[in-house]
Amino acid sequence: MQPRIFRINTSNKIEYTCGQSLICTVIIPLLKEVSTLVNEKDSTATSSGSPFPNVSISVSDMTSRAIDIRMDILNMIAEGGSGHPGGSLSAVELLSALYFKTMRHDPNDPKWEYRDKFILSKAHACPVLYAHLAHCGYFPIEELLTFRKIDSRIQGHSHIKTPGVEMSGGSLGQGLSFGLGAALSARLDTNQTRVYVLLGDGECDEGQIWEAAMAATHYKADNLVAIVDRNRIQNDNWTKDVMNLEPLPDKWKAFGWNTVEIDGHNFSDILNALGTAEKVKGQPTAIIASTTKGKGVSFMENNPDFHGKAPNPEQLDQALTELENTR
Amino acid sequence: MTSAAPREIFGSTLVELGHKYPDIVVVGGDLNKSTFANLFGYEFPDRFFDLGPAEQNMMSIAAGLASSGKTVFASTFAVFATGRPYDQIRVGISQPHLNVKIVATHAGIMTGEDGVSAQGIEDLSLMCALPGFTVIVPSDAPETVLAVKAAAETYGPFYIRLGRPSIPIIHDQNYQFQIGKAEVIKDGSDASIIACGIMVKAAMDAAETLSKDGIHCRVINMATLQPADVDAITSAAKDTKAIVTAEEHLRHGGLNSIVAQTVTETYPVPIESVSLTGYAESGKPAALIEKYGLTSKAIVESVTKVIKRKK
Repeated sequence: MQPRIFRINTSNKIEYTCGQSLICTVIIPLLKEVSTLVNEKDSTATSSGSPFPNVSISVSDMTSRAIDIRMDILNMIAEGGSGHPGGSLSAVELLSALYFKTMRHDPNDPKWEYRDKFILSKAHACPVLYAHLAHCGYFPIEELLTFRKIDSRIQGHSHIKTPGVEMSGGSLGQGLSFGLGAALSARLDTNQTRVYVLLGDGECDEGQIWEAAMAATHYKADNLVAIVDRNRIQNDNWTKDVMNLEPLPDKWKAFGWNTVEIDGHNFSDILNALGTAEKVKGQPTAIIASTTKGKGVSFMENNPDFHGKAPNPEQLDQALTELENTR
Repeated sequence: MTSAAPREIFGSTLVELGHKYPDIVVVGGDLNKSTFANLFGYEFPDRFFDLGPAEQNMMSIAAGLASSGKTVFASTFAVFATGRPYDQIRVGISQPHLNVKIVATHAGIMTGEDGVSAQGIEDLSLMCALPGFTVIVPSDAPETVLAVKAAAETYGPFYIRLGRPSIPIIHDQNYQFQIGKAEVIKDGSDASIIACGIMVKAAMDAAETLSKDGIHCRVINMATLQPADVDAITSAAKDTKAIVTAEEHLRHGGLNSIVAQTVTETYPVPIESVSLTGYAESGKPAALIEKYGLTSKAIVESVTKVIKRKK
C-alpha cells in the first residue's frame, strides 16, 4: 500500500499516513512566512557599489598592464617549476577586458552577492587568472610567486579556496555547466549578475561542453557568455591534428547561441563583443576569440611544446626581455 | 505491516521543504517521474530544472547553483547519479564542499528486471570515497523523510540512497533521526547485526528467528555510512564480540568495509558479511534477493558462523 499524504492547511504540520496509521510528521512554516522572507531579500537588491569595472582605465593602460601581467605569468610558472604558459598568455587581453572594464566585482568583498562572475573552465590556465586577481587587489602580487608551492592559496589548477576564484576546476569540460548554474541562480534571485566562462578550444572536445550548450539555449540563459580561447593548439598538438573542431562557430550557432568571432588580442574587439552580448535577450552569447598560443614570447608562440612546460632560467630571461622591449 | 516507497515520500518531502526554504532548487535527468522529483517541479516550476539524460551537465549545474547560495537537490537513478558524473561530483562538488544533495533512487539489485546496468551496487563505495560527503542509506519511508529534511538543513554535500520498491515501515513517528548516529533497534549480547537500507528489516527478522534458539543479537541500523558512528560500531564489538554486516551492495567499499576498518582500529572481532560479491542479473526483485542471498536466512547463517569464530 502506498502512503497517502495529507496537508493540514490550518497548521504547519504535514502528516504522512498510510491507511489509518500515522507514519510521521514534517513541520513547515505557513506560506505567509515564506513570502515575507522573499520580500526581505528583494528589498536588499538595490545596494551596490563596486570598484570594478573601472571607467578610468584606458585601452592603452590595459595594453601596458598586459605586459606586466605576461611577465607575472612567466615569473610564477618559472618559480613554480611547472604550469601552463601557452594558454595563459593567449588569454591575457580577454581577462583584462573582463576584470578591468566589464565585470562588476569588488576585491574587498569577493563574495559580493551581486557581482558578475568569471569562470575559468580551462583551469590549467590559472596563472592568467591569478595575475588578474592580484592586479585587481584580491591578494598581493608577490603572492603569485607561491604558485604551485605547498601552503599556497594559489593551486596548480584554480580552486575555490582562492579569493576571487569562483569554481574549482582542473577537469576539462565542466565550467560551462557550472556557469549556467550560476546564471540560472542569478535569474531566480532577479539580480543582474552576468556570468562569463572561458573555454579552451581543445576543451571543446569534451562532450559536456555541448550538453551545457544545449541546456543554456533551452533555458534562454542570456546572462551567460562563453568565450572560446581559440589558440588552435591543445596539449598534444594543433587542434586540427588532434581533433578537428571546425566549423566551430557554426557549431555554436547550431546550438542556438548568438555567436561572434573576434580577434582575442584586440581590446576594442573584445569590449565591443562583450557590450553587444549584454544587449542580446533570450539566448546566450558565444565569443570565438582568435588568439595566439604563447602570445608575446617568440619561442612560445604557436609552439605546442609550451602548452604545459615552464621556461628554464635562460628562457625566462629571454622572454622577459622580449616583453620589456614591446613597451 | 504497512509499506511505502521511500522515493515517493522523498518527492513529497521535497515539496514541503520547498515551501519552507525558498533557496531549495532541484535538478533532474529525465527520470523525474520515477524519482518523484517531478512533484517539486509541478509546485515550483521556476526552481526545477530537467536537464535531460545528461548527468555530467546536471551535476556541474548543481555545483554552479550551489556556489550561488542555493540548496540543490540532484536526483536520478543511483547508477546515473554516481558512476556517470563521478568526476563532476569529485572536482565540482566534493573538492569545493558545495551544498548539493544527491538523492539517488533505484539503488541496489531490487531495481530488478532492468538488469545489471541499472543495478547500482557500487555507489556506496564511490560516494564513501569522497572526503566530506555525508552518505545516508535510509531503511524505510519515515527515515527517508527525516534524512532528506536533515540534509536540507545541514550544509555540505550529501548522498542519500533510495531503492525502487515499496518497503516495510519499521519506524514510528517517535523516531529521532540524527546524522552520523546509528540506531540500536534491539539489544542482545551474542552478536551484533549492523545493517543499512532494506537489510535492516531483514536483520530484525533474523534476530527474531535467532532469539527462538536462544541467540540474542543486537540489531543496529547504520543509516549514516559516512561519517560512520564509530562509537556504536566499537560498542557492538566490545559488547557482543562478533558482528555481521548486511547491505544491498557490493562487499567492497560499503558498510562491511567501514565496520571492518573501524573495529580493526578500535576492537578487532570476527565479522561476517551479507552482501553482493559480483554483478547480478535481470529478474523479479524477490527472486534476485533470494538468489543472491540478501535475506534474513542468510543473516541467520552468518550469525551462527560468526559466533563459532568468537574467541
